[in-house]
Amino acid sequence: MKPEAVYFFGTCVVDLFFPEAGLAGIELLKREGVRVVFPRGQTCCAQPAYNCGYHEEARAVARGQMALFPKPLPVVVPSGSCAGMMKHHYPDLFEGTPEHAQAVAFAARVHELTQFLVDVLGVRLTDRGEKATVTWHSSCHGLREMGLEAEPKALLSQLSNVTVVPLKRERECCGFGGTFSVRYPDISAAMVTDKIADVASTGAPTVLSADAACLLNIGGALEKTGAAARPMHLAEFLWERTRER
Amino acid sequence: MSAETGATDFHASSSKALLDPSLRANFRRAMDGLMAKRAAQFPDPAEWNALRDLAASVRTRALAKLPELLETLEAKCVANGLKVHWAATTDEANAIVLAILRDHGATRLVKGKSMVSEEMHLNDFLSANGVESLETDLGEYIIQLDGETPSHIIMPAIHKNKQQIARLFGQKIRDAVYTEDVDALTATARRVLRQKFFEAEAGLSGVNFAVAETGTLCLVENEGNGRMSTHVPPIHIAVMGLEKVVERLEDVPPLLTVLTRSATGQPISTYFNMITAPRGPGEKDGPREVHLVILDNGRSRIFSDSELQVTLRCIRCGACMNYCPVYTRIGGHAYEAIYPGPIGMILTPQIEGLKRRHELPHASSLCHACTEICPVEIPITRLLVRLRKEAAQPPAGSKVLDAGGGRSRLEDLAWAGWQAAHTSPLLYRVMGTALRLFGPLAPRGLPLLNAWTKSRTVPKRAKRTLQDLVREKGIPDA
Amino acid sequence: MPETARAAILGRLHAAAGSGSALPALGKILPGPLSSKGWSPAERLTRLRRAMEAVKTEFLEATEEGWPEAVHDFLVSEGAKKVAYGPATEAGRALAAAFPPGTLPELVPYDRPVEELKGALFTDIDAGFTAVRSAIAETGSLVLWPSPEEPRLLSLVPPLHVALLSSATIRETFLETIREEGWARRMPANALLISGPSKTADIEQTLAYGVHGPKRLVVVLV
Repeated sequence: MKPEAVYFFGTCVVDLFFPEAGLAGIELLKREGVRVVFPRGQTCCAQPAYNCGYHEEARAVARGQMALFPKPLPVVVPSGSCAGMMKHHYPDLFEGTPEHAQAVAFAARVHELTQFLVDVLGVRLTDRGEKATVTWHSSCHGLREMGLEAEPKALLSQLSNVTVVPLKRERECCGFGGTFSVRYPDISAAMVTDKIADVASTGAPTVLSADAACLLNIGGALEKTGAAARPMHLAEFLWERTRER
Repeated sequence: MSAETGATDFHASSSKALLDPSLRANFRRAMDGLMAKRAAQFPDPAEWNALRDLAASVRTRALAKLPELLETLEAKCVANGLKVHWAATTDEANAIVLAILRDHGATRLVKGKSMVSEEMHLNDFLSANGVESLETDLGEYIIQLDGETPSHIIMPAIHKNKQQIARLFGQKIRDAVYTEDVDALTATARRVLRQKFFEAEAGLSGVNFAVAETGTLCLVENEGNGRMSTHVPPIHIAVMGLEKVVERLEDVPPLLTVLTRSATGQPISTYFNMITAPRGPGEKDGPREVHLVILDNGRSRIFSDSELQVTLRCIRCGACMNYCPVYTRIGGHAYEAIYPGPIGMILTPQIEGLKRRHELPHASSLCHACTEICPVEIPITRLLVRLRKEAAQPPAGSKVLDAGGGRSRLEDLAWAGWQAAHTSPLLYRVMGTALRLFGPLAPRGLPLLNAWTKSRTVPKRAKRTLQDLVREKGIPDA
Repeated sequence: MPETARAAILGRLHAAAGSGSALPALGKILPGPLSSKGWSPAERLTRLRRAMEAVKTEFLEATEEGWPEAVHDFLVSEGAKKVAYGPATEAGRALAAAFPPGTLPELVPYDRPVEELKGALFTDIDAGFTAVRSAIAETGSLVLWPSPEEPRLLSLVPPLHVALLSSATIRETFLETIREEGWARRMPANALLISGPSKTADIEQTLAYGVHGPKRLVVVLV
């Protein structure tokens, strides 16, 4: 059932590095007739500290986020990873605390953006863009925590002028892994180097993902090596191709 | 290894492994092959899910009754004529094995593949005590010849290519001529090892499943060296981790099918060897004595934590290694552990302690590939995070060995700062602005930035953040 | 020391053991994959052969009466000189009738302790003959219960293993075999599933046959 309004949780990486993707996500939702609310005080889903074992610190940040989304509205997140954190790890994080019930209820309201567009809103897209070839990187948390596999492809398949060339190892991690990328830079580098080689072999000038953190990693490696391909968030790609000008 | 804490240096060993192009190529090729074979064995997702649910439930039930099942197993084994020994530590297990051999004056031991015997460093211990302890699984034989340890729990010599093995055989085996022909290399090993099976005074094996109901030890293998080691010599010693017990004989088929299909992509191994008794009255062959050594080595401690206990579900199929993007790139030796890869990253720190091994749980991008593939549904990723917490912020009463062993003042401070920046919207905005204004001026020598920019450009903060844009666009705040 | 280790280990485990959560018994949660397949006898045979031939098992078709001759002729054609077998089994007696004394191949009875036969077994014997108890269609496996009459090493040490299988004994799955034959009540000292000749993939994952056990497995199907 289509809700009248939704909350949007932009995520810190989108906020600082891919703001256009966040805005595009909001526009895609608004076009479907949904009012989008963006609580101003939001910061980060708390995943970095959670994943590093600093759960006290993670709880403090997560508590602050939950307080900003009090109404029983869906919380839409343009990131499989951050959505996975809020949906699957908040209940664990608050296990045994007075906020546990709140965390469980909050988690139940969390949706990843493309899943919300496809499964809840049932969007139909009309392609207004030039012919384009892209490749798709499925982020690990989107894929394996949120089960995000069919939805982005369903959205891309609605774009008549877009050809998707799959990566050879579509399901393999790009090597970001949050602090992993700086704790083990050499391993992370080996992984992202293979990933961008895979991107290059598709010949696509654009690599899409529904997770900005992967794009930060893949994009940084593409730029460092002088490769031609550029990263783009799926939301931005969809909005740019389908908006009426 | 740091002299101060005994901690291993995974940074150094993994970075070194990455510099070896032949090693990386060997692993990539092997892991691709193993993944393809496994995937072909589970074409139907519904069947796969039903099977792993079943296998996980068998293992969960066994762990729920672990002490009782071990007692039943012991009683059944004794009634069947086996001798059962218990070892709290690997030192005790080694002493038990040596005592059995000494009792019979045995100095030549042939071994089937056993990861528990690797935990015990049994070969080194026995050879220091005058016993020839010979690996007979082809992969194990190869690495023993080269003085190495396994780099994979199923494919111990997977890090070597056939040229390297050909050179090794040429150097170490009398009469062996250099050949890269795999059949010829295999034939050479057959020739050497058949003589050893013939002469051996004792055989040693691991155990894949021990059935409490019947007192049966089950062994999975393809080569026949396991059967040679357990049927030909007059004494058979089986060593097992205490978690290997299952309740009933009917629990075995579901575990066997997920084990061989996950491990090597085979519907079943060539041999499934079920040993219930030594040579019986009238029997012409089989060992006259069978000993079972049940090893703890930290497992009872793992068992005592209700969340970490699931670590003990593992049936050692190695699929988590095959699917791990980190393992694939650095290989097994870089972990400097008996059990490498994802299962090793949760098992090793629990056995050896977080003081020595707090780095290991961080050697993962948390990509969940291991969790997705585990045939007994061990939530490996979740346990990695749990162990990271145990290293940094152990809860009161933690049962993990050396809990808090990964504490760092610097990291504590960093996360305190992170918390401050993300619990105050104002501070968050100030930091964001600072990143835009001063980020490009950040000295390149900053360790974290340095690590990032080795292979990537500096991330550029957008001129206007999403917070700026939504304000401009008048997106409602509530 | 071992006794104290036992007490210490079991003490720790008992102290830690949870509520012993009541989990459903295997029969109740049995999913499709392991339950009955409903395969006809013909389909069971087809599946068995397909699975075993995929791992280089050879099949020799014979009749109820003619199999000893077929085994004899096969071994002659292979140039086998010495064939070990169990003389006291029904199949062993039938086999012996087809091997004229004084001709090759010579049947070597495995009727005394291995200590007296080990040298010959490891060096002179070209083939070992056994019957099999039943077989498993799903995985392509022969089921053997070695016995005083048909010892363990017959199917392991000689480079060629000839196994007599009655197609009427082919079952669907391992689980069905265990259940229908009531294994849990009467496990033999050694039970074996054999699903092909000995093999390894330890060198570069390249398959090589005959690493330690038999190089060839020939199933005589009646």
